[in-house]
Amino acid sequence: MGVRVQTDPFNAGAELKTFSSVQTNAGAVVTFTGIVRDLPDNPLAFMEIEHYPGMTEKALEKICDTAIERWKLADALVIHRYGKLTAGEDIMMVATASKHRKDAFEAAEFLMDYLKSRAPFWKKEHAKDGADWVAQRSEDEDALNRW
Amino acid sequence: MINVLYFAWVRERIGLPREEIETNAQTVRELIAELSAREERYAAAFEDLESLRVAVDQELVDFDASLSGVREVAFFPPMTGG
Repeated sequence: MGVRVQTDPFNAGAELKTFSSVQTNAGAVVTFTGIVRDLPDNPLAFMEIEHYPGMTEKALEKICDTAIERWKLADALVIHRYGKLTAGEDIMMVATASKHRKDAFEAAEFLMDYLKSRAPFWKKEHAKDGADWVAQRSEDEDALNRW
Repeated sequence: MINVLYFAWVRERIGLPREEIETNAQTVRELIAELSAREERYAAAFEDLESLRVAVDQELVDFDASLSGVREVAFFPPMTGG
């Protein structure tokens, strides 16, 4: 299992290759990459991501442990960036490995749903005419109920 | 002494990222009342608890959580990771 919280960019392709290459008991790997979206009417200058050092790592590890146990994963990886990012940059990725694809898909969705609302990150969008903290969407909180 | 941390707009509204507080508050809710009585900027930050989350020693808890033996309390808005 791997959890990394960093300011540096990561290479999603290279990360996937490394993650897949060490799996000996898995027949399926699923990955998801989240990227910084531009704002439709108000071009994004940059996005600022703040986090809670210490708690972030703990929360992510706990979410990964839960996924590994529940879906009997061979492995799981979470990389999440913080600091200043611009539109189109990769913010985060998750990867899951399991014997069969269904578990890897479900576990990846679970990881995404949980880290959206339970990992201490906050996004602020800086545009030309001002900056705003991104509000949590009620769908994101509701998404946890299905697990 | 409890280390109190603020993140995102809570930090901006209060104007500092962390402070050490000497308190007799027994619960998070009591600590909030104590801080809110201090100054307007705290009262403004803690005005709507629905839009706030709290972690005690880096675990999410509710506002009635005990502060007994606690070293660190953090206040922040709902999280927006991913």
